[in-house]
Formats: sequence, structure tokens, C-alpha cells
Amino acid sequence: MADAIEKVSIIISKGSLDGIYPGLILANGARAEGIEANLFFTFFGLDAIHKERHEHIKLATVGNPGLHVPTMLGGLPGVSSAMTMFMSHKMEKLDIPSIPEFIEMIADTGASMYACQASVDLFGLEKNDLIEQVQDIITVGEFYERAAGGEIIFT
Amino acid sequence: MSTTTIAAIEVELTDDGFLVRPEQWTEDMAPELAMREGIDELTPAHWTVLRYMRSEFFDKGTGPTVRMLGKTSGVSVKELYQLFPKGPAKVAARIAGIPKPRGCI
Repeated sequence: MADAIEKVSIIISKGSLDGIYPGLILANGARAEGIEANLFFTFFGLDAIHKERHEHIKLATVGNPGLHVPTMLGGLPGVSSAMTMFMSHKMEKLDIPSIPEFIEMIADTGASMYACQASVDLFGLEKNDLIEQVQDIITVGEFYERAAGGEIIFT
Repeated sequence: MSTTTIAAIEVELTDDGFLVRPEQWTEDMAPELAMREGIDELTPAHWTVLRYMRSEFFDKGTGPTVRMLGKTSGVSVKELYQLFPKGPAKVAARIAGIPKPRGCI
């Protein structure tokens, strides 16, 4: 059997529902296998750890070919919110936690969470804008230090 | 698969250490199985989880995921990882003599 993975460092760079969940599932799944996990939120991924925004993450309904919704339709007012609600409802039935609940759970599993310094600067944010589970705001170099010796997954 | 003796009973284990026949399990096996997982002592909290895992398995046909354990066993996710640092659902399943729970959350 191949050597087991011992550590993963997962980057979350998108701010949509479908852009955020994969990274969270990877992090939670890693911890469940006893794998050490780091989560690094950058660019629009910061929304997932932003106090005012983390409960309002939407599904991308435009420019999302996988959704099979025509662009003209997806861009109409209210469509994104409606599809997000529909998707969230389906996830609730499968007992998939909401993003805030999921992130809180993942922090409880012992995963480390970080925000990207450059993105924080770009969006004019401070540590206070971010949820308490975020340990630190770090640079890309500091991310590489923490990722050393493990796998890096970009989402 | 391998055959070994736990608590004086001959049992078969899968390649990743799970009991092939859950019905063979007795509570006496748990401490020895726990030692193999690096857990020297089973506290009452450990036992709550182990008993819960077995009851879920025999009730639902599969063991609970970490999320389910956290929600319904009475032991929080945080505490679960303190009790079973290398992956609560997986390790507790090995000690409880049930197959590895399948589930992504």
C-alpha cells in the first residue's frame, strides 16, 4: 500500500457555494482520517470566514456551465438566491452543514485556519472582520512554511 | 486479511485493521484493540462512543460519521478528536469491532 498522507494544506480561493464546499469537505475528510489539515482562505474565499458574509454565500448561476442553466436565465434578478436556497435545502436533507456550521466543526476537529494577508489588504479588512476560528492572517511564504512536508490542494 | 487473537478469541482483521465479523466482538476486546490504536486507557467517554457506534451499526447497517457522532452521541466533535486523535469515526470503529463508516461528512 502507498504511504498514507500525513498533512494537507487546502487553499480556498472562491466565494461561491460550489467554490467553497469542496475545500471544506476535503479538510473535514482529512481530519476524519487522522490527517493534519490547514485551510488557507484567499481572494473571494475570504467570504467564507467573514463575519458579515459567511451566512450569505451564493451559488454561481452565471458562467457556471455545470449548472446547466442558460446564462440569460441565470442572470435574472433573484435566480441566484432561489437556486442557492434550493441547493441549501437539498444539502440540509443530506445533513450537510451550512458553511458557518461546517467551518466551526472543522475548527473543532483541530484543523488550522488562516486568511491571506494580501487579500485582506486588498479588501481593506482586519482580523476583527473575520470569524474567531481564524488563527492568523499570513503571507503566502508563511503558508508554504506551514504546508511543508505535506500535500497542497488548490480549490 | 489477517488472523490474530484478541482477548483470547481468534479473530480475522481486514488489511486496515477492522474486525471482519462484528458479531465476534466482546467488551473485553476493546482495551486490547485500543492499545493497538495508541490509546492506553478507555475512559467512560470513550465507552460512550464505542457503545453508540455499535448500536448505530446494528441499527442502521453502518457506523456513524464524525458529524453524526458529534450531534447525537452526547460527545462533542472537539472532545471526539481529543479522545480519538487519529480520526474518531475510523479509530472508534476499529476499537468497537465494526466496519469503517462510509460517509463524506
